[in-house]
Amino acid sequence: MPVSSLADGRKSWQLRDRNAQLTRWFAYFAAVAIFMWCWKKISDSTTWFFVWDAPRIASDIGSRAFPPRWSYMDKLWEPLWDTLNIATLGTLLALVFAVPIAFLAARNTTPSAVFVRPIALLIIVSSRSINSLIWALLLVAVIGPGVLAGLIAIALRSIGFCAKLLYEAIEEIDHKQVEAVTATGAGPLQVMAYGILPQIMPAFAGVAVFRWDINIRESTVLGLVGAGGIGVQMQASLNTLAWPQVALILLVILLAVIVSEWVSAKVRGAII
Amino acid sequence: MNTAALETRIGKPWAKPAFIRNPYLRWALYISAAVYLVLAVSSIEVNWARVSEGLVRGWNFLASFAEPDFLSRGRDIREGMIESAIMTVASTVVGIAISVPIGLGAARNIAPLPVYLICRGIVALSRALNEIIVAILMVAIFGFGPLAGFITLSFATIGFLSKLLAEDIEDMDRVQAEAIRATGSSWPQWINYGVQPQVMPRLIGLSMYRLDINFRESAVLGLVGAGGIGATLNTAFDRYEFDTAAAILIIIIATVMVLEYLSGVIRARVQ
Repeated sequence: MPVSSLADGRKSWQLRDRNAQLTRWFAYFAAVAIFMWCWKKISDSTTWFFVWDAPRIASDIGSRAFPPRWSYMDKLWEPLWDTLNIATLGTLLALVFAVPIAFLAARNTTPSAVFVRPIALLIIVSSRSINSLIWALLLVAVIGPGVLAGLIAIALRSIGFCAKLLYEAIEEIDHKQVEAVTATGAGPLQVMAYGILPQIMPAFAGVAVFRWDINIRESTVLGLVGAGGIGVQMQASLNTLAWPQVALILLVILLAVIVSEWVSAKVRGAII
Repeated sequence: MNTAALETRIGKPWAKPAFIRNPYLRWALYISAAVYLVLAVSSIEVNWARVSEGLVRGWNFLASFAEPDFLSRGRDIREGMIESAIMTVASTVVGIAISVPIGLGAARNIAPLPVYLICRGIVALSRALNEIIVAILMVAIFGFGPLAGFITLSFATIGFLSKLLAEDIEDMDRVQAEAIRATGSSWPQWINYGVQPQVMPRLIGLSMYRLDINFRESAVLGLVGAGGIGATLNTAFDRYEFDTAAAILIIIIATVMVLEYLSGVIRARVQ
């Protein structure tokens, strides 16, 4: 039997005092009120008839999509190769830009903490806050549909991600090693190559593979806005309501994601 | 004394050890990487005429960042932003509410094996499916509007939050949990006093981070008709109204920066 109350029913112990408890209840109340308001807004702009009809629609789509149209696979190899290229080349391109930006953004390697660092951080945050699909939308409008737009979109989105993780790794390096290399009379570039790089190499490889894995996932949908890859086929199949083809494409994407995750886990395991 | 003779006397000069020890494997990797790069780059078709024509447009777009147009489509932007914010909040709340029990179930040290396998299966499914793909299916099933986006984001939150929560529970200090157990606590009390205090700081941190991610994702769900600011942005791009698009992008970046700062402050306070 719990001993949190005395024989006469008063509490002998409670987690928080009265004021803390009241503040807590008020915070919960406000949170619930905000959530209910949000829910009401969503509910107002929903056609509930469609939602009640949803199970029927779902089973209808399911029955149309099954079995997948396996013969369509012939047309998927090339987009799949494009998807792989978008992800891989995009990651490489991003790393080329992310490394210098990371060094400019890290507190211990930046040339100027007042001018250069904020600019580098701004680049990182703008690149990170815009989804690759929006970058792709923008690039398709600018340089036309195709693999190139997707590649650059992936690269632009990845710069911020890679640079952020890299500069955090640079800030966490052991300073003694850098000092030891400096004490041998090494120049700034030599300090970089022998004092800093070996320490961030595992983080760098980990980040690169991790981002590559994410980029494979993202490049599968870039085609929806016309930026190349297997998404183009999916958009075309969706537009013609060819559900068996959509089912096959979804299966292929799922498989690609699983394979890429497996590869990245293996590579990271080998490096770290 | 020439260098060769010197080397025999003092031994070989130090050379940086290679990244991969085995020379055959190293060269095989280098060569296959080079072959892949050549193949990949050559398979990209680029219409250079179109690109050079587009560069002018790209420059116009960059220039429009200098004078973004918040006003002429102000109403659409405001409505889109409010819808995005609503979807973000609602889906984060529901996502957390669902992912806490699933996270408990996916932690091997507190869940029995069958529960563990089911919960891990849900997590894997949610992580494997891209948000956009889920959104397309949800729009097809539930119709256009923020409900489809809300369901998509809630579903995506489950994969992220449950997985990280489960990993944190698996890493927890067993001693504390055992001490609570030893007082004769029931299972809910054990979770509440033994496990929850240990994972709460991280859960709050992750929830804030997920709020941030959900907002960013909600900005693209509109592209496939699932509500939010993405639809407005898409229209702006389609009409080449770059000044409006720039305004929307600036608002998104600013909101993400504020959210990131807030989540940083909150995470620093709870940890």
